[in-house]
Amino acid sequence: MEDNILLDAIEKYRYGQMDDQEKVFFEELRKKNPEIDQIAAEHNFFLAELDKMSELKNLKHNLNLVESKLVNEGAISRREGKTKAKVIYLWNRYRRTIAVAACIAVIVSLSTASFVSNYSEKKNVSVITPLVDNKLNQFEHKLNQIEHKLNDASSVITKEKFEANFRATGFLVDANGYIITNAHVVVNAKNLIIENKKGEQFSAKAVYSNPATDLAILKITDTSFKKTSTLPYTFSKTSADLAEPIFTLGYPREEVVYGEGYLSAKSGFSGDTASYQISISVNPGNSGGPVINKNGEVIGIISSKETNADGVVFAIKSKNIYTALKEVKRDKDENIKVSSENSLKGLKRVQQIKKLEDFVYKVKGN
Amino acid sequence: MKIYDQEKALLEGLAANDTTAIETIYRENYAVIQAFIVKNNGYPDDARDIFQEAMIILFEKAKSSSFVLSCQIKTYLYSVCRRLWLKKLQKQNRYNPSIETIQETVAVEDEIETHEKRNEDFTLMENALSKIGEPCKSLLEAFYIQKKSMPEIAASFGYTNADNAKTQKYKCLVRLKKIFFAQYKH
Repeated sequence: MEDNILLDAIEKYRYGQMDDQEKVFFEELRKKNPEIDQIAAEHNFFLAELDKMSELKNLKHNLNLVESKLVNEGAISRREGKTKAKVIYLWNRYRRTIAVAACIAVIVSLSTASFVSNYSEKKNVSVITPLVDNKLNQFEHKLNQIEHKLNDASSVITKEKFEANFRATGFLVDANGYIITNAHVVVNAKNLIIENKKGEQFSAKAVYSNPATDLAILKITDTSFKKTSTLPYTFSKTSADLAEPIFTLGYPREEVVYGEGYLSAKSGFSGDTASYQISISVNPGNSGGPVINKNGEVIGIISSKETNADGVVFAIKSKNIYTALKEVKRDKDENIKVSSENSLKGLKRVQQIKKLEDFVYKVKGN
Repeated sequence: MKIYDQEKALLEGLAANDTTAIETIYRENYAVIQAFIVKNNGYPDDARDIFQEAMIILFEKAKSSSFVLSCQIKTYLYSVCRRLWLKKLQKQNRYNPSIETIQETVAVEDEIETHEKRNEDFTLMENALSKIGEPCKSLLEAFYIQKKSMPEIAASFGYTNADNAKTQKYKCLVRLKKIFFAQYKH
């Protein structure tokens, strides 16, 4: 209990509750007794800390009092009322962030849009390959010239050297020298020539070209061209049947190439109803070749193949040829007559091809 | 001279924990501080916390014997609040170096540091108090903070007489001191 009395005394001394006599006595006691002096010092420090704390507590109490008074008066914005102006505070607080975010959003959306549009265009191009052979080199050309000279020494090729940079296929629709091929074959060509299997070349011009249907009609303008015999094939007006056997002739090489296959779908790339999907082996150069069924009816024109898939080839339906011919008649006043007699029907395939190959031409240009 | 005297009176009032003085200082300065903080990524709530802290710093300054008023209260509070807010932003990694300053400021770094040290001490004592439990806590608070007399305490806590309360208070005090000094030494 002595400690109790001692601490009491220290507190009394600190808060001035002692009379003079007691004070003197207490001071004497501290001086004489270092142990008591140490206890007194420690306790005083402790009390000072307590005092500081109580001061602060009281001050905080008063600060809160004043604050809530002013809040009630409206001099200070209310804590719970902050939702009222929340948008403004959020705006003030985050306006820089918002500005940066908006900029980024604009840039990202613009770049995404342009990227997507670019990419999707490219995709279309890459998915479908037009079957035009653009890799004609001079060597091949010269070789052919020589070959033709040797083969047919009597027919002198008097024409000036024509250097083609692409080759595709086309075939007659009218014995008067109208040839049908793909629009993508002629679209960028300055000069066009038609070459038969013997290597005779005739200059030609496009009288019709429709990128939407991918059909083009060329007219042989060369005077040396003579009207051929009647066309052995007709053009089918009706839709062909699934699994129908078909064949084609074309010029993926300098020599005519025969190909056989079947009709695999009644619509083309991405559901395009203007064309068929056929399964046949084709290569660049086959573009514009006729797709013919066993009865010798032209049911379509080879136009493209899917790049990433094997044996997926698209052919424009023959119905479109009639539309094209009508438009030519209307716009250009060129009267093209399609033969109505089919002389291929019932023949063996070899005979059919022998009759046919004189009407299928190379289309070259630069 | 008039402004100087007014401000001196205000500070004396603050040192004596006088609500009228506190209210006057609040009225004259709070709006500027809130505008500053809201403009610099803060909410009004932040402004109120920062302002209270600045008031405590000013209070400590006003109480110290070596205190000399070297600038207006307005300037001083603004400087302290600006400094405190910058520190808070830095802590939250939201520091914006282009923080807007619309008023002159005075150097207040030292005061803020002392204040932080004192705040630590303050929390030490509060921690110790919260650890001793009831009724010790209330008993000691009644005696040392509310400065109530022993007979009063005996009456309100239900002790039979003042001596009884005194004995109880002594026991609590010893425990509090033990906890406080144990923390203090660490």
